[in-house]
Amino acid sequence: MELTVLYYLIPSLIMFGCGVYGFITRKNLIAILISLELMLNSVDINFVVFNRFLFPGQMEGMFFTLFAIAIAAAETALAIAIIINIFRVVKNVDVENLTKMKY
Amino acid sequence: MDLSYSIITLLLPLFMFLLLGLFGMKMPKKVAGILGTCAMLVTTVIAYGVALKYFFDPQYMVDGVRQGQMVFNETWLTLGHGLKVDMGIFIDPIAAMMLIVISTISMMVHLYSLGYMHGEKGFQRYYAFLALFTFSMLGLVVATNIFQMFIFFEMVGVSSYLLIGFYYEKNSAVSASKKAFIVTRFADLGFLIGIMLLAYYCGTFDFKTLMSNPGSIVNSAAGVTFLGCSAASWALALIFVGGAGKSAMFPLHIWLPDAMEGPTPVSALIHAATMVVAGVYLVARMFPMYLFTPEVLDLITVTGAVTALYAAVVACAQTDIKRVLAFSTISQIAFMFTALGVARPELHEGVGYMASMFHLFTHAMFKGLLFLCAGAIIHMVHSNEMDAMGNLRKYMPITHITFLIACLAIAGIPPFAGFFSKDEILVAVYQQSTFWGVWMSAVAGLTAFYMFRLYYRIFWWNKPDYSHHTPHDCEWVMTVPLVILALISCVAGFIPFGHFVTWNGGNYDIHIMWEVAAPSIAIAVVGIVVATVLYRKENSLPDRIASSMKGLHRAAYRRFYIDEIYMFVTHKIIFGIICRGISWFDHNIVDGFMNLLARVTNGAAYSIRKLQSGQIQMYVWVYYIGALLLALVTCLLLI
Amino acid sequence: MNLIGNSIVYCVIAVAIIVFSVLSVTSRKILRAATYLLFTLFATAALYFQLGYEFLGAVQLAVYAGGILVLFVFSILLTTKPGDNAERLVSKKRKLGLTAAVAGVAVCGYALVSFFAENAASLSSAMIDVDMERIGQALMGTEKFEYLLPFEAISVLLLACIIGGVTVARKR
Repeated sequence: MELTVLYYLIPSLIMFGCGVYGFITRKNLIAILISLELMLNSVDINFVVFNRFLFPGQMEGMFFTLFAIAIAAAETALAIAIIINIFRVVKNVDVENLTKMKY
Repeated sequence: MDLSYSIITLLLPLFMFLLLGLFGMKMPKKVAGILGTCAMLVTTVIAYGVALKYFFDPQYMVDGVRQGQMVFNETWLTLGHGLKVDMGIFIDPIAAMMLIVISTISMMVHLYSLGYMHGEKGFQRYYAFLALFTFSMLGLVVATNIFQMFIFFEMVGVSSYLLIGFYYEKNSAVSASKKAFIVTRFADLGFLIGIMLLAYYCGTFDFKTLMSNPGSIVNSAAGVTFLGCSAASWALALIFVGGAGKSAMFPLHIWLPDAMEGPTPVSALIHAATMVVAGVYLVARMFPMYLFTPEVLDLITVTGAVTALYAAVVACAQTDIKRVLAFSTISQIAFMFTALGVARPELHEGVGYMASMFHLFTHAMFKGLLFLCAGAIIHMVHSNEMDAMGNLRKYMPITHITFLIACLAIAGIPPFAGFFSKDEILVAVYQQSTFWGVWMSAVAGLTAFYMFRLYYRIFWWNKPDYSHHTPHDCEWVMTVPLVILALISCVAGFIPFGHFVTWNGGNYDIHIMWEVAAPSIAIAVVGIVVATVLYRKENSLPDRIASSMKGLHRAAYRRFYIDEIYMFVTHKIIFGIICRGISWFDHNIVDGFMNLLARVTNGAAYSIRKLQSGQIQMYVWVYYIGALLLALVTCLLLI
Repeated sequence: MNLIGNSIVYCVIAVAIIVFSVLSVTSRKILRAATYLLFTLFATAALYFQLGYEFLGAVQLAVYAGGILVLFVFSILLTTKPGDNAERLVSKKRKLGLTAAVAGVAVCGYALVSFFAENAASLSSAMIDVDMERIGQALMGTEKFEYLLPFEAISVLLLACIIGGVTVARKR
């Protein structure tokens, strides 16, 4: 069987769908963050795949993914810092309890 | 002195108003008062210089006719169709004469107030308002066009409102100021409509253009008629209504007696000498146009004559001395209006116009004097009521003498100023119609009676208890203005007024017509004698006469129930009947519609507020579905 | 032979990605979810290797699996007690999530399939080697298609993030 571009994009799409599902249904902030990472990862795969199949001689997609990984790392670190701070204040990390700043 | 200096007489009071109004509270009271008075002195000197230059320099005479001078005229607003509103200074005989009157009285009042208002709260504010009033009044008389005049007309109304309500902690003062403002505003509405009509049919606001050929202008507007009168007649009649409101003509006079709630010097300045004659001045200014609408002149005559009699009768029954003077003012202004109304160029060279202006001039002097005297008395006795006074001639000799001079002047006894001007008015009225002549002579007799009733009640009669403190003449800042005005009242009659102010700028020699003058003197003397008999010594005769004519006396004392009629019309009819329907409409239809809108919005908000759950995941879901829908649409379109 | 080997590797990777993704969002134990995420990330790295991006795969392993996952585990241990289970999902919420996920997959899948159905064959994965020298040149160069500026920007971002993280999470 020949592996066309579709073969790589479908798993990535399913991964993205899982990320969406998790993002909407999970209550724990960290679980939401995990879903976010899933979505990000699927997008990374897309970049790489398109780079490979559409412009094999160039490296833009790869570098974009590289920088996206770095930014994801930064974002995760900051998000986790915020989550820990929230935990200190309200003693849990459920997104439904975060109503202090709403009013 | 060049005529262009006249701009200073406007700008200086305006500057003083801004200075004292903005920074007055930062300076000591005395400094503010003296500053205001000094500025007024400068204004007065310049105004005199300008007026005298205009009257005596032959370069303003062409063929023996004094020409109006346009000193400044700048376009201020352009309204389209060639209609534009200018701002400027126009000096002609009556404007120059008014410059003298206003600056003199204003100067006297400024000086007098230094003593009268001494120690009052808001002294600086008072001087700021006086300066504002002076500015507005001077701007009014030198207006180049009717719109500028209207603007300053409103400004004097505002300053009058501010000054009547000067003691704003007193309820009566507040309601009096509101009454004055609303009634004159109501009349000014007529004025404004008149201006619009005039501008619509004539295409200009400018006095000089209007006066250069009034006949053709009036005839051009004569084609359009409404209720049997031409548009020009309506316009001029409405303008007269505006003037009548400001000049307190019957039935728009109701605000003037109440305006006496203001400080007495203000009554002298605004409600006796200057602002209330603005209506007369307005009609005089437009006089060449009025000549072409004789029916409006007849209206003016009748209004003036009725008001004169009404006010004179009411003045006989009042006990508050300022009210007596207020009704006397109304009566005297009515004299001026009557004189204007009967003036015709073909009758005795338009003597009525000259007489009206002459009376305006002399009346300003002696009525200002009367009010300042009344102020001095009130200052000493601390009451407006006649019953608190009596025998004051022994305590306040200077006030007594000056008051007596003013009374003789207003009663029309030669050689005091009032005789000459009133005589000219009677001459003019007799020329027009004997009926109104007799009528006005009777009013003149009543004038003498009520003025001397006032005089005797204040200075003779009995002696009430002054033990708590003895009245005496006031300090010099208050007596000097009295003396100056008394001197003017003595000699003003000998001014050859006809050489300065006539309807067309030409010369007119005043000569006493003894067949008119002698009976009027006799009537005045009779009035004085009756007053002397009744009021010289305390006795019960006046009360007995009053009780024998109980109905008339009470009606006169209650001012013939005019105020009650107004109250009935406004409260019972307008507020009670007409407004009830409007109120129902407002509450049920207008508010109902608004309530409906609110209810619909409220209901909608209740039903969709669940969307605003505050749960981020819900928001993400909605956002995501929206994005998907967009993506779907794009797919279907592209693929 | 190569083709068959490739296909087998691909199948393993695809199944791993799908299964572990689903597991990581449905597992009720948060620590397990993190572990399944780790496996997903490993599978992704393997995908990169298979596509010939060895450097990218290495970065994925080092940064994601090695760095971020450790952060996750730390924070999970800090914020939840070990035995904690997430509550059962409310069915309404689950329905919403499922709708969104399925709708998304359906729309995108439809777009992909309908677009690539005929012209996918024309795209072949020509295996051109991406050697480290070229990557290094591109990362450190300033010409067109070279990335020194973003590289430096990322380094500043990471610094800012470190400082921000310390400031936010610090005990007051």
